[in-house]
Amino acid sequence: MKKRKERIDRGIKVRSGDIFALCSWREMLYLSGPRLFPLIACAVLPLVLDTYWQRVLLSVAIFGLLAISWDILAQSSMVSLGQALFFGMGAYCSGAMDHYWHLSPFITIPLATIMGGVISTILLLPVLRLRGIYFAMVTLIIPLMLVRIIEATKILGGTEGISGLTSLPSHWIELYLSLAALLAALFGFRRLMDSDYGLVLKGINDNDRSVMNAGINIYWFKAQALFLSSAVGAFAGALMTHVYMFVGMPVFALDYSILPIAAVVVGGGGSLAGAVLGAFILVPLSEALRALGGLRIVFYGAFLVFFIVALPEGIFHFITRKYHQFERWVEVEK
Amino acid sequence: MSGTPLLQVVELSKSFGGVQAVNRVSFDLHKGELLGIIGPNGSGKTTTVNLITGFVKATSGKVFYQGRDITSWSPHKIVRLGISRTFQMVKPFYQLPAFKNVIIPLYSPRVKGLVGGKYGDRSAVALDLLEEVGFERDAQVAYKVASVLPQGYLKRLELAKAIALQPDLIILDELFSGLSLAEVASIVPIIEKLLLEGKTIIMIEHRLKEVFRIAHRVIVLNYGRLIADGPAEEVMENEEVKKAYLGSED
Repeated sequence: MKKRKERIDRGIKVRSGDIFALCSWREMLYLSGPRLFPLIACAVLPLVLDTYWQRVLLSVAIFGLLAISWDILAQSSMVSLGQALFFGMGAYCSGAMDHYWHLSPFITIPLATIMGGVISTILLLPVLRLRGIYFAMVTLIIPLMLVRIIEATKILGGTEGISGLTSLPSHWIELYLSLAALLAALFGFRRLMDSDYGLVLKGINDNDRSVMNAGINIYWFKAQALFLSSAVGAFAGALMTHVYMFVGMPVFALDYSILPIAAVVVGGGGSLAGAVLGAFILVPLSEALRALGGLRIVFYGAFLVFFIVALPEGIFHFITRKYHQFERWVEVEK
Repeated sequence: MSGTPLLQVVELSKSFGGVQAVNRVSFDLHKGELLGIIGPNGSGKTTTVNLITGFVKATSGKVFYQGRDITSWSPHKIVRLGISRTFQMVKPFYQLPAFKNVIIPLYSPRVKGLVGGKYGDRSAVALDLLEEVGFERDAQVAYKVASVLPQGYLKRLELAKAIALQPDLIILDELFSGLSLAEVASIVPIIEKLLLEGKTIIMIEHRLKEVFRIAHRVIVLNYGRLIADGPAEEVMENEEVKKAYLGSED
């Protein structure tokens, strides 16, 4: 007898799907649990970790932000290979404002977030019409070009970079600021992507001609999505500039472009939460494997391949399914 | 039927490389009229619609809507004026549930402008629109992802998306193709209702019987040229039309 797997929504999911959720604590906890968990984790983790792992957590938050930035773009039909462009733009903007104008980090970081977003958007505006791999190639090339421009013209510190920048008042502020930004971006952009506005962005990804035919200027919407995404990346860069008290050519490094994509692949795209989860897995894993020396990248790569093959949908979608549904085997009638 | 026409197409031409897809086509369309465009495969019907709606840029010629020159405007601007269309090859948002497909046109500047800023519950309006075009409310079809819907529903979804824009002129590009007779029979009343509401409609169709039943006027294209324009009976008596459809004897 042939069998088939059947997926059924859990009773509690159905019960908590409406105003009835207010009937019992259990239902309320079922609904709020997944939202409270990251909040509590981000509040508690810095307190229980030692200084080294606190640094790792900061790195997780930064790559989490870059992964969110990548996922917003991907959901709006733009596949990017250049998150480093946004990161580096934010880093150089805040570094330069600190160095030349002696502004406080609490002013340079928000300003660099907006400036980095605007400059990156303007740089990519001419290629907004490109799709898929063509757009991706341009995003890959621009940060590489910027590195060479800085090297050749010796502007903004040239190959030396700008060092001796102001740091944030304490490492607790660095850590909690980055985690708060991560959570704000996660919940805020999840809400945005679920709204009718987000629906239009997803529609462009699905069928752009049909969105045009709905009387909507797709390039205007793509430019907005590009700004939101690059502002998130620029914030990450601006923050890191003040953490390292240095900005230089490495901010345009390929790592900042590739690791966020790996995080989204492992965590699961299209949900933003998957992107963050991916960062929470990959960044500490990379640190934990440090002891292996030269073989580190091999194990890291093997882990990535394993996840892509075993869970192509991503961990987040897998967990969501298990949380909302149970599975059972049913016999198939011949 | 007097005054300035709603839509005026003047000597419109489009060539792709060496192929003259549309060749100096001219016609007028008045408010409240239902115009059928017929012609053999490859005669330039869809290209004509693409030229009017801005999806393809004209080589020469002009399109006027309400007296305004809209030649080579971008599609979203043309929609804003009140022209909406369906596609022959349906273009739903496959990853979205059917009712969310309709929310996207409801989000457009045109609808926002008509409603005046604030819009209440777009989902409710979308579900109403879908019911209007024949998505049974009880059957939950409207909540299904578009990629699992059968062709009949996808065609209805196209229609719902076009109606959602509250257009004055609706262009239906082979809405009936790929549908069963029963499905066609159930969509015809929807189109007749749109006419009663004062909408102007252009129908491109291969099913001549249905077009002739409801169209006020028919134009015939062949090899990109307009070969006949008039009431259905008159057009079918035209020698050139007969030749185009049945082939010439030599």
